[in-house]
Amino acid sequence: MLEARGMTGGYGGADILQGVELTVAPGEIVVIIGPNGAGKSTAMKAVFGLVHLREGSVRFDGQDITNLAPNKIVLQGIGFVPQTENVFPSLTVSENLDMGAFVRRDDFEAQREKVYDLFPILRDRRRQPAGQLSGGQRQMVAMGRALMLEPKLLLLDEPTAGLAPAVVNDMFAAIRDVNRELGVSILMVEQNAKQALGMAHRGYVLAAGRNRYEDNAASLLANREVAEMFLGG
Amino acid sequence: MAELLQLVLFGLVLGSILTLGAIGLSLTYGILKFAHFAHGDFLTLGAYFALSLIATAQLPILVSIPIAALATLLVALIADRLIYRRLRRTQPVILLIASVGVALILRSAVQIIWGPNVQVYVQGIQLPYVIPFGDGAIRIKPDHLVIMGGALVLVTSLHFFLQYTRVGKAMRAMSDNPDLARVTGIDTEKVVLWTWGIGIALAAVGGIFAGLDAQLHPNLGWQLLLPIFAAAILGGIGKPYGAIAGGMTIGLAQELSTLVIPPEYKPAVSFGIMVLVLIVRPRGIFAGSST
Repeated sequence: MLEARGMTGGYGGADILQGVELTVAPGEIVVIIGPNGAGKSTAMKAVFGLVHLREGSVRFDGQDITNLAPNKIVLQGIGFVPQTENVFPSLTVSENLDMGAFVRRDDFEAQREKVYDLFPILRDRRRQPAGQLSGGQRQMVAMGRALMLEPKLLLLDEPTAGLAPAVVNDMFAAIRDVNRELGVSILMVEQNAKQALGMAHRGYVLAAGRNRYEDNAASLLANREVAEMFLGG
Repeated sequence: MAELLQLVLFGLVLGSILTLGAIGLSLTYGILKFAHFAHGDFLTLGAYFALSLIATAQLPILVSIPIAALATLLVALIADRLIYRRLRRTQPVILLIASVGVALILRSAVQIIWGPNVQVYVQGIQLPYVIPFGDGAIRIKPDHLVIMGGALVLVTSLHFFLQYTRVGKAMRAMSDNPDLARVTGIDTEKVVLWTWGIGIALAAVGGIFAGLDAQLHPNLGWQLLLPIFAAAILGGIGKPYGAIAGGMTIGLAQELSTLVIPPEYKPAVSFGIMVLVLIVRPRGIFAGSST
């Protein structure tokens, strides 16, 4: 469904991305790992139109979405959850979900219920300002907000960054639920590479703005070289 | 005691005017991230549009207010299209300087169209209601009731708009985090237009109220800009609810200060409060937990 070819570009000056290729098939969980500065987040932002591509193309469900504005890409069925500052702190949980559905003119209460079923704690906290929630709960609000448009593909930028170890497991479980129960494909950048690959279907290893390895998750985990260089032995 | 209550009344009247100005200034700052220096002159413009409607076209005040607010808002949208929108991708300081230019243009236009002299909506003296109280009496002019009542209605309507409408929530969201608003799919240009619309319309009404309370002159809004800024900063700039609290506080502080210092120093009170807040709590004292 997603096909990014030869993505080259960056934030102005130098090209952080030098021909990155990414594909995601329907129903897949795909993880991007790699060392700091490899261009993992940049590659994902480029898919979402937040980084200008000088060369290369991004196609989604047959449509060319290269360098389309993010608010247009959202309408195509891709949701994006930034790594930080991904909730509206002064808005309540429920209002955050409203904002996720801003472009919807139809009734989205059913989708809101789905989000609450997925993250029951959010139902209890629905009247609380999102700024008062814990890190893990905020991350749930952020994912819930992105799910309000019923996207086919969800882009997650380091969803477990800064979370306590116990919460990290919950987060991965939640991502798996989003994938299985709502049938949403996932493309995520993750620092907890081992754990992420443990639940993913496929993975990419990026280094210095290029694809280094690309394989199904189990093979990447078993790959001695990848393990030594990128999974911390 | 009666003297004190009289000053509180004056403070509430001034506070109503400042609040209407400060809400727009705060909203504009929250959404567009720049200090809109032409805001005061939009108060002036609104006041003068109403002058044409009331004094020249002989329309009733309550009919004139919405028409004048609408006319002022149209001028603001034109200014946004021609000037501000082109500069929105640059640094906020450039927008700030541009707004000083807009302020000068507006003030000159007002002088050219309506003349530099002091004018009033209605000639003659309005007899106040006299309410005996203790050893003295409190005097309330009918205009004061219009001003306080009008501000109350507008502020309440704004509250419901911000809390319960789709665009109102989007305004708060964008004020929280404009980048996230964009990736969420919120139509940010639409939110910007609503922000101008509401902020400037309220400012126009504030200007009309200021003219109603005293008299009209081309520097009316410019002179109110400082206390309006003080009110917005006191409430935590970018936060409309803070602007309401800030406006009322500055209004009351200015009037009550005359108990202890000569009335000529009233403007210094808001300036003093603003400086103090900027030093001690730059995010505003009503801001609370602004994460």
